[in-house]
Amino acid sequence: MRWGSPTRHLGLAVVAMFVVAACGSSNSGGSASCSESQAKTATSASACGGMSALVAAAKAEGKLNVIALPRDWANYGKELDTFHSMYGIDITSDNPDGSSQQEVDAIKQLGGTSRGPDVVDVGMAVALANTSLFTPYKVATWDDILAGQKESTGLWFQDYGGFMSVGYDSAKVPAITSLDDLLMPAYRGKVALNGNPKQANAALNGVMMASLAEGGSLDDISKGVDFFHRLKQAGTFVPVQATTATVKNGTTPVVFDWDYLSAAHGKDVPGWKVFVPANAVLGGYYAQAISKTAPHPAAARLWEEFLYSDQGQNIWLQGLARPVRQAAMQTSGKIDAAAAAALPPVNGTPQFLSPDQATAAKNYVVAHWDAAIS
Amino acid sequence: MTTAGSPAVATNVGRPILGGRRFSLDWVGVVPFLGYAALFLILPSAIVALGAFFDANNAFTLDNFAHLSRSYIVKSTIDTTFVSAVTAVLGAALGALLAYAIVTGSPTGLLRRMVVSASGVLAQFGGVTLAFAFIASIGPAGFVYLFAQSHGIDYYGHGIWLFDIPGLNLVYLYFQIPLMVLVFLPALDGIKPQWREATESLGGNTWHYWRHVAGPLLFPAFLGGLLLLFANSFSAYATANALINQGQPMLSQQIAGALSSEVGAYEPGFAKAIAVEMIVIVTLVTVLYTLLQQRTARWL
Repeated sequence: MRWGSPTRHLGLAVVAMFVVAACGSSNSGGSASCSESQAKTATSASACGGMSALVAAAKAEGKLNVIALPRDWANYGKELDTFHSMYGIDITSDNPDGSSQQEVDAIKQLGGTSRGPDVVDVGMAVALANTSLFTPYKVATWDDILAGQKESTGLWFQDYGGFMSVGYDSAKVPAITSLDDLLMPAYRGKVALNGNPKQANAALNGVMMASLAEGGSLDDISKGVDFFHRLKQAGTFVPVQATTATVKNGTTPVVFDWDYLSAAHGKDVPGWKVFVPANAVLGGYYAQAISKTAPHPAAARLWEEFLYSDQGQNIWLQGLARPVRQAAMQTSGKIDAAAAAALPPVNGTPQFLSPDQATAAKNYVVAHWDAAIS
Repeated sequence: MTTAGSPAVATNVGRPILGGRRFSLDWVGVVPFLGYAALFLILPSAIVALGAFFDANNAFTLDNFAHLSRSYIVKSTIDTTFVSAVTAVLGAALGALLAYAIVTGSPTGLLRRMVVSASGVLAQFGGVTLAFAFIASIGPAGFVYLFAQSHGIDYYGHGIWLFDIPGLNLVYLYFQIPLMVLVFLPALDGIKPQWREATESLGGNTWHYWRHVAGPLLFPAFLGGLLLLFANSFSAYATANALINQGQPMLSQQIAGALSSEVGAYEPGFAKAIAVEMIVIVTLVTVLYTLLQQRTARWL
């Protein structure tokens, strides 16, 4: 190989010096900078030189890897698009229909590579079982999140949630006023769960909600399993997986699901109604966490800041999910009032499963579910 | 492999061994296949089999295999084997009849070309799309059912069997029969009309021909197809999962359940133990097949 003329060498050297100088000047901005090593361990925006430094560092990374975020789930499509257009950061959205377990599996398998997830949005059981994979971070609006809805150092923090409900197509079935209605012949072959309760968080909570309505408690899910056993015997329960497609075509006109997911069926099915039994208001929230091995640490943190800003929270609300800062934003008047008014009405006292109660419920369901409904 | 294998190989191809002991390179041709099989069949099987002996914290345990006695796994084992056997036998019988019908027609005719290309497509047409095609047509909200119902026929009068084992059997046949057509057609093509003429000229009738000539010739191919169909439905997942999400009658679904549970029932070692159970069952069926094959092919 022959090298070029000395002038070309000189030209390259000059260019290289400019590049080095440019990097140096952006890094020598004193407190308003956030180096890669700083971003990796920053536990808040101020630890990274403040918001504008975080934004600059995130823009320099230019990429964000998210996983298991369906565009039609809690309005995530708009969250992703808005973040991309605000900061010009390209988002790689992997496996949009994946489960929480698959999200943490991806951290385990791809962590440390450029393809690893930066952030995850997981069910509480998975969040609690995998804190060793996360790095602590507190968003600017941290204080608005209730103490019971976050890990004290910021390893995980709940993002949005809702209440377990029964959604139904009022054009196909009579109005539901109590869960016992579902045993009537009018609902024959029409009642479904969103997923398998041995696997899916939404379905497990569906069974727990039925248990609360049928005389069980957060410590006792057996009444819920019994209830679905009776539905099966009455011939009203169908074992098919409820999806947007089966709701749209009428195969599953009655579905146990989170109210915010269920209410979204109203777009496809005009007569879709959402019922939350007053004696069984079961709440459930998902949680955000930043991967310890995030390939884009600054962008990951900026994404969280965005989600927990008034704007990010209102976008979730417009998708009928109840954002974790809803109460605080109602007080401050920053809430999207029209979106809040569109939420399905809920009467009664909300109840929340503790991690231990969730584990006990899961163990019971894993052992008894298949026998109860086959 | 090299020195020991070379005389046999050389004899097989009828080539004299030149210059006494020397290395034959004939085995080189099979290396890509062996490498492929090692990488994509043996290695994954070994990883799965080893993983079945470890719990979620990577500690050695035999619990995963003990858990196979859980009632829902026993039931899934029975259901999976039943569905696989039924759809294999029905699929093989119906597929063989269809293939025979095609063979009796013109070898370049339009019907044959259409059935063969349709089979090629349908044999791969499984999963959620296939399940939803049935849900949308004959399902409880499907247009066929609504039409039948409005004419006084309620084929779900005793329960919605589409979302139960009979439904799985029906839907699986939709890809089992075309697969049988594809694998059985070449065997039928190998049957020469002259053999029938020979049978007849020796005084045999149709029964004699099928019993002593065509039947024994085709039976090994039929058995092979049967085995393939059994394994095909034994390992199917997406179709069953879309139709019967609750109760999980198929072992493949139980594996998915143990691997992807987001409620905390995450038991990767147990999932691998179920996979080992499936490998054992298919191996047993294959051994059975080989024994039968040897018996039936003995005279050939």
